[in-house]
Amino acid sequence: MKSEFIPPIGKILQISGKCISLIGNDIDTDRIIPARFLKCINFDALGKSVFEDDRKTLKGRHPLDLEENKNASILIVNSNFGCGSSREHAPQALMRWGIKAIIGESFAEIFYSNCIAIGIPCFTLPKKSIQDIQKCIENKSLFLEIDLKNCLAKSKDFNFILEIKESSRKMFLSGEWDATATLLENEILVERKYKELPYIKFDYDF
Amino acid sequence: MSKDTLFDKVWDLHKVSSLPGGSDQVFIGLHLIHEVTSPQAFGALKDKNLKVKFPNRTVATVDHIVPTDNQSRPFKDNLAEQMIETLERNCLQHKIRFFNIGSGNQGIVHVVAPELGLTQPGMTIACGDSHTSTHGAFGSIAFGIGTSQVRDVLATQTIAMNKLKVRQIWCENKLSHGVYAKDLVLHIINKLGVKAGVGFAYEFAGPAINELSMEERMTICNMSIEGGARCGYINPDEKTFSYIKNKLCAPKNEDWDKALLWWKSLKSDEDSIFDDLIKLDASKVEPTVTWGITPGQSVGINQQIPVLEKLSPNDQFVAKEAYEYMGFKPGQSIKNTPVDVCFIGSCTNGRISDLRVAAKLLKDRKVSKTVKAFVVPGSEKVAAKAKQEGLDKIFKESGFQWREPGCSMCLAMNSDKLIGNQVSASSSNRNFKGRQGSPTGRTLLMSPAMVAAAAINGKVSDVREFINK
Repeated sequence: MKSEFIPPIGKILQISGKCISLIGNDIDTDRIIPARFLKCINFDALGKSVFEDDRKTLKGRHPLDLEENKNASILIVNSNFGCGSSREHAPQALMRWGIKAIIGESFAEIFYSNCIAIGIPCFTLPKKSIQDIQKCIENKSLFLEIDLKNCLAKSKDFNFILEIKESSRKMFLSGEWDATATLLENEILVERKYKELPYIKFDYDF
Repeated sequence: MSKDTLFDKVWDLHKVSSLPGGSDQVFIGLHLIHEVTSPQAFGALKDKNLKVKFPNRTVATVDHIVPTDNQSRPFKDNLAEQMIETLERNCLQHKIRFFNIGSGNQGIVHVVAPELGLTQPGMTIACGDSHTSTHGAFGSIAFGIGTSQVRDVLATQTIAMNKLKVRQIWCENKLSHGVYAKDLVLHIINKLGVKAGVGFAYEFAGPAINELSMEERMTICNMSIEGGARCGYINPDEKTFSYIKNKLCAPKNEDWDKALLWWKSLKSDEDSIFDDLIKLDASKVEPTVTWGITPGQSVGINQQIPVLEKLSPNDQFVAKEAYEYMGFKPGQSIKNTPVDVCFIGSCTNGRISDLRVAAKLLKDRKVSKTVKAFVVPGSEKVAAKAKQEGLDKIFKESGFQWREPGCSMCLAMNSDKLIGNQVSASSSNRNFKGRQGSPTGRTLLMSPAMVAAAAINGKVSDVREFINK
């Protein structure tokens, strides 16, 4: 852990930070956090184990281990990032390593919703733009300022219009991305629904 | 936008409200939990001072971390013991039904819920596990969720989710002899790709699907997520209803008649509209084996590992990574690839019919001396049934180890792991790098029958050469 981890809270309007690039399609959640690290009852210790096996294989040459990426917080990825297991441990581990936002060609669905639920906005850009950014990062540091209201990413060299699901964008702007409170507001409707559903009436005998 | 499909009907029925930005609040009819993705959710409830809204709609079992050799408590692995204890404590405190080891009903969550009759048509089902799509085989809308959503379901019995689009995958004709549901779903994922299903629910339909048993249908829906689809389902029919009838938690007496009437109304209408439609010929599917590091990288048993030029530019990057990791050459045959470990089990293929198919092949045959082979029944019920039929003896006599139920080497959270760069022939669902417990371990996914054939020959083999003899 680089510094004490503080989880995001409330409205997320802007994220600015240094970009780190992980090149590759279909990077699965088993690679992000191998299953042996799921033997835990809280997420606290996951940050140091993110991409453990990939990092060991590359012996210090993995982007997450490079000195220049030490303080990076915006992850740039390719297509279908986070496929596979539903383990929220994967975005939790990335977040605890220091990632605050992810920009990619596309995301696996459960991984995407896990990110949103813990306060990591995930944006998409066309393949070409991602490759341009990744190429740029190869040669020099790239700092991005992301403005969620306008879905804009700005740097000295680039200006990008980012895509994000409207429901996610609204949740970050209002600070209601931690959905529990919103869902609880409709408790009466939920109770009504419970009574309406046909199968609740033929409930099995527990 | 899809209209009048089973997905639309079930989604609309469970929709509680529209949320800002276009997502829906959806009621979850059945919530399944296990030891890996629930403790943090219970922790969050405690932090927020919330209670479980409808404890009777959540059911728990323990599967991922359980040892399969010796299940006596405390477990040898302290962390595993701590996880099962946490689940026991949380279930007790929140009055959640828990099928623990030794109850006769423990097992892999996606094997247990259907065999108890908990999984029923028309329900929404969620679980902190991506293979929750399995339950769609019954005409329910079932999907995996993360721990924050587990917390939401516990606290509110609902989640916030964008409605999915619906793609129908129409499977024409019939699977040929020696070709199984696993082969069909691997074939589908290969044709459509591992991310084609993002944003979609897959409706599997057509004569080849109708022909499948319920357990085969579960295998198909189980792997929807490997094609990117969080949810996969099959319209319920007489097979569905007769599978559920008389199960422990199935509706009884006059409730059964009412349930049946409702279930029959759920299937996609004749003139329903899909967002997308794919047709394929199931009779053309061969026994299929993965050669790479995604479930989409597969070939028919008599085909060669594709050369780079034959792949679409989008697939080439991962293919290069796969050749290197797997140590395979482009153009090489997958058949006769030596295997070190053979694993039959998992939520994809750890049910009684899977064990029967493998045992039939193994009867009076021996596992190759170069292979370590083991079978892990999907649940205590599957194990009991297999013992009753004498399958355990057949497995043991052939040289397979007979283990206790759990997820085991599908994801290797217990002590069942590959060592070094061993190659496994596995009836599970993921061949990701390091998936089976060794950072350099290599996984070839295939049907249980193909795993048995590989075990006998010590190398990847065409099961049809055994059954046609």
